[in-house]
Amino acid sequence: MNFDLSEEQQMIVDSVAKFVANDSPVERFRKLRDSERGWDPEVWKRMGEFGWLGVAYPEEQGGFGGDFVDLALILEQLGKGLVPEPLLPSVVLAGGLISRLGTEAQVKAFLEPMVEGETSLALAYAERQSRYCLSDCLTTAEREDGSDLFTLNGEKTWVLNGAFADQIVVVARTEGQPQDERGLSLFIVDGNAARLTRTVVRGMDGHRTGLLNFDGVQVSADRLLGAQGEALSHLEWAMDRGAAAACAEGQGQIQELFDHSVAYLKERKQFGVPIGSFQALQHRAADMFAEVELCKSTMILAAILVDSEDPEERMAEISAAKLQLSDGGWFVQKNAIQLLGGIGVTDEQDEGLLFKRLRVLQGLFGDADHHVERFQTREGFDAHLRVP
Amino acid sequence: MDMTLSPQHLEFRDELVTWIAAAMPPEMKRRADAGAEFGPEDGMAWQKILYEKGWAAPAWPVECGGTGWDVTQRHIFTEELMRANAPQLSPFGLGMVGPLLVQYGSEEQKQRFLPKILSGDEIWCQGYSEPNAGSDLASLQLRAEKDGDDYILNGQKTWTTYAQYADWIFILCRTGSEGKKQEGISFLLVDIRNTPGITVKPFLTTGGTYAFSETWFENARVPQSNRVGPEDGGWSMAKALLGHERTLIGGVAESLRWLQFAKRIARDTPVGTGRLLDDSGFRRRIARAEMRLRAITMAQNRTLAAAQLGRAPGAESSILKLVGTELLQQATELCMDAMGHDALGWLDSPPEALPEHERSVASQWNYLRAATIYGGSNEIQRNVISKDILGLPTR
Ligand SMILES: Cc1cc2nc3c(=O)[nH]c(=O)nc-3n(C[C@H](O)[C@H](O)[C@H](O)COP(=O)(O)OP(=O)(O)OC[C@H]3O[C@@H](n4cnc5c(N)ncnc54)[C@H](O)[C@@H]3O)c2cc1C
Repeated sequence: MNFDLSEEQQMIVDSVAKFVANDSPVERFRKLRDSERGWDPEVWKRMGEFGWLGVAYPEEQGGFGGDFVDLALILEQLGKGLVPEPLLPSVVLAGGLISRLGTEAQVKAFLEPMVEGETSLALAYAERQSRYCLSDCLTTAEREDGSDLFTLNGEKTWVLNGAFADQIVVVARTEGQPQDERGLSLFIVDGNAARLTRTVVRGMDGHRTGLLNFDGVQVSADRLLGAQGEALSHLEWAMDRGAAAACAEGQGQIQELFDHSVAYLKERKQFGVPIGSFQALQHRAADMFAEVELCKSTMILAAILVDSEDPEERMAEISAAKLQLSDGGWFVQKNAIQLLGGIGVTDEQDEGLLFKRLRVLQGLFGDADHHVERFQTREGFDAHLRVP
Repeated sequence: MDMTLSPQHLEFRDELVTWIAAAMPPEMKRRADAGAEFGPEDGMAWQKILYEKGWAAPAWPVECGGTGWDVTQRHIFTEELMRANAPQLSPFGLGMVGPLLVQYGSEEQKQRFLPKILSGDEIWCQGYSEPNAGSDLASLQLRAEKDGDDYILNGQKTWTTYAQYADWIFILCRTGSEGKKQEGISFLLVDIRNTPGITVKPFLTTGGTYAFSETWFENARVPQSNRVGPEDGGWSMAKALLGHERTLIGGVAESLRWLQFAKRIARDTPVGTGRLLDDSGFRRRIARAEMRLRAITMAQNRTLAAAQLGRAPGAESSILKLVGTELLQQATELCMDAMGHDALGWLDSPPEALPEHERSVASQWNYLRAATIYGGSNEIQRNVISKDILGLPTR
C-alpha cells in the first residue's frame, strides 16, 4: 500500500492549485454565475491546452493515459475555487462513456474535440419520475424497419451542462418496458438537433442545467454509442465515476469550509476571547476534522477503485465514499455555517457558495439513502456470513 | 497510489490463517468459532502458544524476541487474530512496559523483565489512574519517599485492569513537589504480589466481570533500581509509552468482528415468516455501520502506509481512536438490538435459554462503554486534536 502522490501527480496538483489561486478564485465564479452559460469557453480551451480534459483517457484517444486518480486530484483542486467549467458532465460522464464504448470514428468526432477544449459534452439520464433508478426510462428511441434513423421522444431533466453542450449522450429505451434492465441504449445527439428543445435551468449552485425535450428528434444509427439495448451496466459504471468525481470535487469544498472555520475560530473574538477558545466549539472542530479526514480517505479510495473491474467491490467502496460525502460532508458544511454566526448566511461570504455546491454534489449520482440501499442489497453483504 | 497488499503480504496472510486455525487447542477453537468471549486465563494460555512459535511480541526488536516483521505484517497478524476470534493477550507487558524497557530500561532491567513478559510467566498491570487523577493524570499523588536504596510508597491507584491476575505493576508516583505538576513524577516497577503493604481490591464492572481493581499502597518498599528513567523524569516515560499504546487504536478488526456477529445473530433470528436479516430497516442500520467501518479502515490504511514508509503517523491517525471506538460501541449496540428479548440474558443464563455465543453480548456491550473512556477519553482526544493539530487557542 502506498498513498503518496507520484511526482507527476504532485505536479498536476501544484499547477491546478496555482491556476485556482491566480486565475480562478471564487471571485471568478461569482461573476460567471450571473452570465448566460455560467462558465467561460475561453477558460475551457485553456484547460484543454493544459491537458486537464484528457488526463484520464488513453493516448490513442488523444488523452494522456493517466488514471482516474489524476482526474480526481484535478477536480479536488478545482472544487476549492468553485471553478464552474463542466468537467464533471463533459469529461467524467459523457466523455467517459464515449471513451469506453465509442467507435474510432465516434471518439474522433466527439471525444477528441472535447479533450482539446473546443467543445463540451453532457449526459442526459435523469427523468421526472426516475429519481436514482437508471432503468426507469420513459424516453424512447424507435427505428423504422430498414431505416438508418432512430427517432427520440421524451424528456430529460437536470442535465448538467445540458443547455450548452455541443453533443449530448442521451439514454433512451429501444425495447422493453419502463424499468426493464435490458433495452436501454445510448445516443450521441447534437445539441442543436432539430426538434430538441433545451430550456436553461439555473441551479442552486449557480451552475446551469438543461431541461431537454425530445419531440421526434432524428438520430442516425452511427450515433448509437455501444451495443443497442445493453447500456445499463455502462451507465452504472458512469454513475460510479460520477459519484467518485463528486467525492473528489466535494473534498475541495469540504476542506475549504473546514479551513475557513478553523481560521475564523482563531480570529473572531467574543466575550473578550477568540471563540475558538470555547471548548464546545473546539470539540465541534475536532469532530469536523475527523469527518474531513474520513472524507479524504474515502475520496482517495473511490478514485482508486473506480477503475476496478470487480464491480462488487467497486460499488461497495464507492457507496461508502458517497455516504461519507453526504453524511460527513454535511456535518462539516452545516457547522461551518453555524460557526460563522450571522455572516454565514450572507451571499457575500464564500462559505455559502461552497455550501450550496456541496449539497448539489451530495444529491447527484445517488444520495445517502440510495447508496445505503445499494450497499445492503448487493450480494457481498450476505456473503460475509460465511465467516462464523 | 496503490491499495493492494504485495504478493508476499498476501501469502503471509494465508499462512497465518492456516497456522492460527491449527494452533488453537480444540476447545478454544470451538469457542472461538462460536463467537464466545474469552477471559484473561484464555489469553494467558494463548500467549504460551504464540510464545512457543516466537510470535508473542512481533513488534519487539528481534534480539529481544520480536519477529522482525514489517508494519504491514504486524497489522495483518493482529487483524487475523481478531478475525479468528482468538483470545486477546494482556497488553500491559507485551504492548506497554516491554517496549518501554526496550527503549529506556537499564541492561539489568531488560534481562530481568523482558524474557518473562514475553513468555507470559509474569503478568503485568498498569497503575496510572488515581481517584483524583484520571484525565488529569499529572495531578497524581501516590508518594514515593526515599529510604536508603528504596522508595517507600503510600497512596492509592484505581481502575487497575486485572491487577488481581498480575505479578507486577508499573506505576507513576510522585517523587518531587517542586515546579510544574508534570515534573516531580517517577516511573517504577513494583512486585505487586510479594511486596508487603499492597492490597488489591477488585471491582465488579457493569459487564459483570471483575475487570479492574483498587490498588492500595501502605508503606510498600520498592528498590530504587526498579525505577525506569531518571528520578522525576517519569512523565516523559509515560508519554513514550503512550506512543506504543497507539498502534491499532481504531479497533477496526474488532468492530468488523462485532458487525459480522450482528449479522449472524440477525440471520439466526426468526421474525414472522422470515428472519431479522431480511428486514430492510435492520439491514440498512448494519450497512451504515459497515460503510463507516470502510471509511475508518481506509483512514487506518493511510496511517499504516505512512508507517510502512518509516514516516510519523499523519494527522489522520489522531482521529482513529475517536471514530473507531464510537463505531465499536455502535456495533455492540447492533448485536444487542438483533437479539431482541435475548438481550435480557446475562453471563450465567443457561444454554437452553440463551445460546452460548450470545451469552456475553450484554456483558461486552456494557463493558465497552469504557472504550470511549480509557486510553485518553474521547473528550480528551478532541482536546488534543483541537490544540495540537488545529492550533485552537487555550484560555
Ligand atoms: C475499563 C477501564 C479500564 C481501565 N484500566 C486502567 C488501567 O489498567 N490502569 C489505569 O491506570 N487506568 C485505567 N483506567 C482508567 C482510565 O484511564 C480513566 O478512567 C480515564 O483516564 C478517565 O479518568 P476518570 O475515570 O477519572 O474520568 P475523569 O477524568 O474524571 O473524567 C470524567 C468525564 O469528564 C471528561 N473530562 C475530563 N477532563 C476533561 C477536559 N479537560 N475536557 C473535557 N472533558 C473532560 C471525561 O472525558 C469524562 O467524560 C481504566 C478505565 C476503564 C473504564
